[in-house]
Amino acid sequence: MAIRVQVEPFDPGVEVNAMHAANVGVGAVVSFVGYVRDFNDGLDVSGMFLEHYPGMTEKALGKIATEAEQRWPLLKLEVLHRIGALEPGEPIVFVGAASAHRQAAFDACAFVMDYLKTRAPFWKKENTVDGPRWVEGRDSDHAAADRWKQ
Amino acid sequence: MNITVKFFARYREALGVDSLKVQGDFATVDDVRALLAQRDGAQVLKEQNLMCARNEELCQLDEPLEEGDEVAFFPTVTGG
Repeated sequence: MAIRVQVEPFDPGVEVNAMHAANVGVGAVVSFVGYVRDFNDGLDVSGMFLEHYPGMTEKALGKIATEAEQRWPLLKLEVLHRIGALEPGEPIVFVGAASAHRQAAFDACAFVMDYLKTRAPFWKKENTVDGPRWVEGRDSDHAAADRWKQ
Repeated sequence: MNITVKFFARYREALGVDSLKVQGDFATVDDVRALLAQRDGAQVLKEQNLMCARNEELCQLDEPLEEGDEVAFFPTVTGG
């Protein structure tokens, strides 16, 4: 498992290719990339700042990834999340799951994103035409995470 | 008992501080929250969807505390 929290941009293509490099046992790679939108909740967004909880962030992502590895037969799992200032169109988050067959990779990728959305200590502050505002959590995110409860 | 408390995002801004130390006889995370909720700008600590962590792990308000623990309070997370 690889967990990365970084200010620097990343190339989703490079990350996807690295998921099966040097492991021809990988038959399936499922990836998710989250991007900064230029519009949210009725207002134009010119950029955002991603705050996090140094120390806890890495632990929380590691815990989520460990749980995914326990639930599905994964060959590789990568979670990459950016922090700091971001502009519309830039990638924020990458989750890649590799497995021998597709279902484990599909499910693990969705699981990691659903748990990341509700359990990893990140907060978005958007710059809008009306000034900066904190993004509020959505009930739908919690409903999505709840579906994985056993 | 000495506890380090951290605030993040909207709560950090409301309280005007990112970290502080409190001393007292705290049984749970909620005891720390109740003490701090009396400060200026700390109404946010009474919000229903407040989240908290003890020693960098999410917890509930009834989480027991030990000497030297780090507690954090923050609004609903919005990463991803």
